[in-house]
Order: sequence, then structure tokens, then C-alpha cells
Amino acid sequence: MIEVRIHGRGGQGAVTSAEMVALAAISEGKYAQAFPSFGPERRGAPVLAFVRVSSDPIKLRCDIREPDVVVVLEPALITVANATSGVKKGGLIIVNTGKPVAQIKQEFSLTHRTAVVDATKIAREVLGLPITNTTMIGALVKATGIVALDSLVEPLNHRFGRLAAKNIQVCQRAYEETIVEE
Amino acid sequence: MSRRVGMEASFAIAEAVKLAEAEVVAAYPITPQTHIVERLSEMVADGEIDAEFICVESEHSAMSACVGSSAVGARTFTATAGQGLELMHEVLFVASSSRLPIVMAVANRALSGPLNVWGDQSDVMAARDCGWIQYFAENAQESFDLTLCAFKIAEDPQVLFPVMLNIDGFFVSHVVEPLYLLEKEELEGFIPPYQYPFPLDPRRPVTMGAFAPPVLCTETRKALEVALQGTRETILRVWKEFGDRFGRSYKPIETYRTEDADTILVGIGCYTETASVAIDTMRARGEKVVMVHLRLWRPFPFPEIRAALQGAQKVLVFDRCIILGGPGGPLCSEIKSALYGEEKKPKIFNFIGGLGGRDITPRQFEDMIARGREILDSKVTVEYETIGVRE
Repeated sequence: MIEVRIHGRGGQGAVTSAEMVALAAISEGKYAQAFPSFGPERRGAPVLAFVRVSSDPIKLRCDIREPDVVVVLEPALITVANATSGVKKGGLIIVNTGKPVAQIKQEFSLTHRTAVVDATKIAREVLGLPITNTTMIGALVKATGIVALDSLVEPLNHRFGRLAAKNIQVCQRAYEETIVEE
Repeated sequence: MSRRVGMEASFAIAEAVKLAEAEVVAAYPITPQTHIVERLSEMVADGEIDAEFICVESEHSAMSACVGSSAVGARTFTATAGQGLELMHEVLFVASSSRLPIVMAVANRALSGPLNVWGDQSDVMAARDCGWIQYFAENAQESFDLTLCAFKIAEDPQVLFPVMLNIDGFFVSHVVEPLYLLEKEELEGFIPPYQYPFPLDPRRPVTMGAFAPPVLCTETRKALEVALQGTRETILRVWKEFGDRFGRSYKPIETYRTEDADTILVGIGCYTETASVAIDTMRARGEKVVMVHLRLWRPFPFPEIRAALQGAQKVLVFDRCIILGGPGGPLCSEIKSALYGEEKKPKIFNFIGGLGGRDITPRQFEDMIARGREILDSKVTVEYETIGVRE
């Protein structure tokens, strides 16, 4: 089982990205859960979304406190939301940043293996908006192989309708441009 | 053929209501509501289901509208949660005593105060004596299956009681997960047409919800209790029939890893799924721990509980609700009363936790079981302990 915690801000679509990954995994015949950090969330406030993907049925009905992977939609959340808390030894941090891996690790004292992608740049260029949730799915797929990139097409089409093509495009671009620390 | 999809349990319940061809959905669309009625309102608006959606002004009115529509013979559904269930409280009793087969899903949530919209079982436990059939689903698949079963059970001429399907708020209601949906053709004939025997009809007047003076009330209440206890057979038959047809069977209590029991953990609702992960870990260490979870809550499964627990040495009961000013948790209270008259009975201890949305990890369940055994091996001085409470 792989457990992912996504850190975003209310309105950035962290919950949607969690759902897309879970739906893609389920379409591959795997077991998955996606759920938000529940509560009266406000736009702009730090929020969490969770994804579990497993080859076996999942019986856990609790938050993910010790994730294998953390996805950070905005670097400030590493400090503001203590995004690296509980990450397993050997875990992975995926950050939306234009900075190189070494620099972001130093800046935020990251001790886990780290991956970076400039999701804001990709989203601005393709979507015309700095909404990075679907972009970061591409980075997650590249860094972990949690699902196949192709499996995301159907869930994204279903969710985004006429906006789906561009969201699929940002996902693919992030997949190509994500740099994962060896 | 059944389809494997990824979906929230709330949406899965809406799909089941659509398949069951409910004719009236009455609901109040405010927090705490669920995606269940949100999805149903879309289905009605899009013509996916030929039903009347009555958007009422409160939960009290929602249940009142359900009473009316069920009484004229319309297949009726609603959903609520937390405070909403309590606002319905008065009318819940009217629905059951009028023997109206309304189906309601409740995403269990905490009650105020403090104001808290997160999950626990305070709402259903405060409504446990309202005369409804009440049972619990622990995941999306069970939510879907048991909603379908709810209509068949409620409307059975031998039953004619409302059914409350409980799912834990958020950790079931809001989780996207895989399940198998049934297609309309597969379900053919499973839920017969609803024919209420004495519908409200101006051409054939009947009296419903009549006045009963002291000379009649005792008999009426006793008859209601006998009738509710008597729904057991139909509930069991419908769950078995569902299993025979669709391959997923449901029982009044579900047991997990029962071989060679020493300590039994008893619970109700989805946290028992998390607990079963702890049971697996402890079993791997050679510890003889067993999980028993109740599916049926009303009528209370006395025979099954007695059979499952009376041989054990130690029983630990986990509740997600406190009976304020009472004996601890409602589940433990009822387990104790079910076993009190037995000659051979286990030592029992109660834990309360998971209140107002606080989650409990498998590790915490392991610690809880260890702590419970320790307490039962020494002298028990308190009614219960609260997991993780900061004092």
C-alpha cells in the first residue's frame, strides 16, 4: 500500500487531485481511497487530502499520519502546515517549485528524498491559471508510478468536461518535467 | 453485469435509491446534510429518476413530508446527519408507530455542543429508541447493498417499519473507494412494488396517527414492540436473499478471526474496520484477539451477541458516544444487559473514543486492547476509559 498526503489551500483542488488518483487506481483494478481532511474549509486556508492505493482491500478508516509520499502544492505549506510531519523513513516529498532539488531541500531543511516540478509555470502556460492540482498529479505519477498516466484520462475527462484536455495536458507536461532526486 | 466503480459512499446510496425507484425524496439542504440528497436532487432535476424532490424548510418538516408521502403509498427516502436527526426526533416516533416504511440514510455525526460537524455516533444513539429498524454499513459497498435491502425490508408486509441505514460521517460518507454497482436488470424482482395496505386515499378514508387514551396506549406500545422484534426474521431473510442473488451476505453481527478466542473487541460502525487491522497485527504476534461488530442495532441482536460473547474470557466494547450522566457508552450498556442473565459471562470493559471526528489508528486499537486486558486482570474501578483524552 502507498499512502499519499496532499497539502494545498482551500480552493486549489487538492481534494479533486486525490480523487483523480484514486479513481485512476480503481480503474486499474486496484483498491484505493481518497478523502479530504474534513471540516468547514475556507478558501486560502491550508487543507489536506489523502490517497491510499493498494493491491489488497483497504480497511483503514483514519487519516494518514505517516505517509509514504507528501505532495505540496505550494512551498510555504512546508512550514505553515508542517507538511513533512510523519513522513516515513525512505518517503518522498514532491514540491511545486521552480527551484532545483538541492536548493529547496536546503531552504526547508528537507531530509527526505525530494522531487520538484514548476507546476505553477506549467499551469499558467496551459490553463492560464495558477491552479496546480492536476499538474501535481503528473509529478506524483512520475515520482511514484502510483498509477499509469493513461489511467487518469478518463477520470479527468469525466470531472473536467470541456476543460479536460488542458488538464490532461498539464498532467502530461508535469510528468515530463518533474525532477526526482536519485 | 455489475460494474466496478470508484465512488463516495454517499453517491453509492443515491445510486441505490435510484435503482430502487424511490418516488419521493424530502430533504433539507443545509449543513449537516450529505452528498446523498445533493446527488438525488441532481438525478431528479436531470430526469434520471422519476421522483418528486420536496425541498423543505427544516429536518422536522423533511420527516413530516416523508410520513405524508409514505402514507399515501409512495416509496419514500430521506437522508440526514447529526443535528438534523435530532430535529426530526419527534416525527421519527410518528413514522414508526404509524408503521410507515420510510428509508433514511444517516451519516452519523456529533451533536452540539460544542458545535462540531464531524463524525461520531451521538446522533443515532440519541434516536435509538424511536422504533425504527436501525443498522450500520461500514463502507461504500455495504452502503449501496444495504440501502437496496432497506426498501425490501421496510416495505415487506410482515414488517412495515421505517429503516435507518447508518454510515459513519466522513470516514464512510466522504471517502471515494471502489464498489460494485448493480444494474437495473440484475435487480429485477428483488424489490417488489410498494403496496401500502391502508394508504391515505380520499375515496377510502382511513384514520392514521389516531388518539389512544390510557385504556389503549399500553396495548398499542406493546404491539409495536412485538412487531419490531418480529422484523428479525424478515431482515435476516432479505440479507440472505441478497447474498444468494448477488454474492454479498450480511448478518446481524459480523465476526472476524474468531478461532481460539481469549479477548473479544466489540464495536459498531466503520472504526471496526480500522480495529480489524490491529487484530491482524496482534494475531501475527500470536495474541488470541477477536473482532465482533454489530451490523443490526434495532431490533438488538440478542441471540447472536449471546452466542458470540458468552464463551469469552474478556470482552472490550468500543463506543463512539457517551451517554451523559449514564453508564458510559450505549453499545457497552446494551452488551452488558444482554449478558447479565447468562450463567457463564465474560468480564467486560468499555472504551469510548473517536468523538467529534477524532480518528483512531490501528496502533491505538492495539494499545486499547492491551490496556483493556490489563484492567480486566486487575480490579475494575471505573465504568469506562476514554481513548486519548487529554486531562
